[in-house]
Amino acid sequence: MTITLFIPCYIDLFYPRVGMAMVRILEKLGHKIVCPESPSCCGQPAFNTGYWDESRALAVKVLDQLKDAEVVVIPSGSCGAMIKVFYPVLFAGTPQEPLAKEVSAKCYEFAQFLVDKLGVTDLGAKFPHRVTYHDGCHSLREMNIYEAPRKLLRHVAGLELVEMRQTVCCGFGGTFSAKFPAISTAMGEVKCDLAAETGAEYIVSSDSSCLMHIQGLIDRQRRKLKTIHLAEVLAGDF
Amino acid sequence: MTTAAAKFKKDVRRVTADLRHRRIINAALDGYAVKRDQKKALFQDWAGARRLAAATKYEAINSLDRCLEQFARGLESRGAKVHWASTGQQACEIIVGILKQRNARSVVKSKAMTAEEIHLNEALARAGLDVVETDLGEFIVQLRDEPPYHIVFPAMHLTRGEIQETFRKRLGDAPSDNPEELTMVARRVLRQKYIQADAGITGANFAVADAGLISLTENEGNARLTGALPRTMITLVGIEKVIPRLEDLALFLPMLATVGAGQLISGYNTLYGGPRQPGEPDGPEEYHVVLLDNNRTRLLADAEKRDTLHCIRCGSCLNVCPIFRNIGGHSYGTTYCGPIGAVLTPVLKGLQEWKHLPYASSLCGACTEACPVGIDLHHHLLEHRRAAAGTKPSWWQKLAFKLFAPVAASKLLWALVTKSGRLGQKLHPIVLGTRLDPAYVWTRTRDLPPIAKTTFKEWWRRTRP
Repeated sequence: MTITLFIPCYIDLFYPRVGMAMVRILEKLGHKIVCPESPSCCGQPAFNTGYWDESRALAVKVLDQLKDAEVVVIPSGSCGAMIKVFYPVLFAGTPQEPLAKEVSAKCYEFAQFLVDKLGVTDLGAKFPHRVTYHDGCHSLREMNIYEAPRKLLRHVAGLELVEMRQTVCCGFGGTFSAKFPAISTAMGEVKCDLAAETGAEYIVSSDSSCLMHIQGLIDRQRRKLKTIHLAEVLAGDF
Repeated sequence: MTTAAAKFKKDVRRVTADLRHRRIINAALDGYAVKRDQKKALFQDWAGARRLAAATKYEAINSLDRCLEQFARGLESRGAKVHWASTGQQACEIIVGILKQRNARSVVKSKAMTAEEIHLNEALARAGLDVVETDLGEFIVQLRDEPPYHIVFPAMHLTRGEIQETFRKRLGDAPSDNPEELTMVARRVLRQKYIQADAGITGANFAVADAGLISLTENEGNARLTGALPRTMITLVGIEKVIPRLEDLALFLPMLATVGAGQLISGYNTLYGGPRQPGEPDGPEEYHVVLLDNNRTRLLADAEKRDTLHCIRCGSCLNVCPIFRNIGGHSYGTTYCGPIGAVLTPVLKGLQEWKHLPYASSLCGACTEACPVGIDLHHHLLEHRRAAAGTKPSWWQKLAFKLFAPVAASKLLWALVTKSGRLGQKLHPIVLGTRLDPAYVWTRTRDLPPIAKTTFKEWWRRTRP
């Protein structure tokens, strides 16, 4: 299968290893990878802030890049939800509506793609650590992804998965984290406390944006936790 | 920034940093979650119950005119007087009017968020009436001159020590911080008030259309005494509280108790149909029901947000909301707080003045997941943002998003951003942690990751030519 990757801006700039890991895994599974160089953003920040015209200006370009793809895979439940769930809303009643729906139908978040589309759960990875999994809210509640990443983690050799006692937002929330840093930070602290309670060494997630916020807090507060994207765990980088 | 927004930001900064507050609220709501989940598990099909509840409320709201007329006819046939109030002020005037006509001096009140919404207590006080809240939590916050902290748990932010202190100061009686002893103090005070009261005012949980009955659910028996002892009873009810049939209560009462308080059913469930009927030994001599619009018809006219009229005021969206749990109920500065408050307030009180509430959300969707009647809460927040930015955009945000689009869409400009970003990060330590830092809102509490030596796109270009 020819897989078109959509690499979100923060993965490109801050976490290229996540993208590289994803490429390595999908190539190992025998697929051909294509990656459009631009656009670098799905338009979610403008959309979530209420600036839909400005969001659409970027989103039409994304649609144009992805329209001929066989299947689109995104290493983020958040940008994934933007394209899969919110593009049809954003373009409702516009000439691009059919195209938005078409792209939406062939768009997958990474873990969901491996498990639900390819039927792969064991990638032969090894990660001898105690980890806990953070559900990005867009993955969980917009894309309804819960089991897929856990199935993948359960097949990683040496990995012990311990669930947090509460499923709760980490407090990132895109522009929210800058508009209301005090709330965002408090929520992040609660998240870190819940993760620490599990005794995990790593917080694993399918969303680097959540992890950027969580890791930023961990570093500032010199907490013991570490964060890592699911793709990196599965690629066996460590 | 509006006054409400400035106050919100200030209060939020204070409360989010208050670790004691965080501990109290999280402990209380974690305890609630355990009980709620136990009771939810007793439903044979919780998802089905939610769908049915949403469908029932949909039916009621989409035939609101007929339901309300039926409801009013039923009550009137038993001698109750039904009043229709378009605004909060009208409702207050109606209620004050009834009380003045009866020469009432003292009023007992059982918990009613609708009364908070129209500031009824203030209106009654201005008319020279003595008003006492009889729900224990409401009684406590009334003694403290505070608004309720939470729709269902008005005094959840207080420790027993703080309640003892309040009783000592205001009632001169607080033997210990033992909850049972404190409750006995409140009971002694309240029993006297019930006996003296000329009128009782209650809210309503449901207005049952086909039977013409008010349904009230509570745990302390205070609403029953409020309705039973005084000669005049007044019930204030928002028009959205209607449900079509008496049998719908078989779903709504256990559902409300489950998500509202983690109970299978509330302690006291009462139906009120009118004043004392011939041959009945007790009950009020006259019964008034005040139906309140107060902008609810504005929500009814809005096809997108009409589902907010499904709300049964259970508070479950507050309980799961990480924003509410960290900023607390008082920071909102509104009658209805939490996610439902952030959705309702901009409609009830003005979008531009209150748009900060929809923006103060990570849009995590825990509220929508928890709502028993299927209100699409977090997407309504998104819609509010769109409407706010559409009618009065912030020029600098609009400009930023406008400029960002071509940059993110161009290979060349993105490469330029990457390179200048690296340079910027080299210089960043000079301003880091100061107001000159362009990333101050982030870096004040969080580290920023460095831009990678090789970005993904650079790697891709190099390895897959």
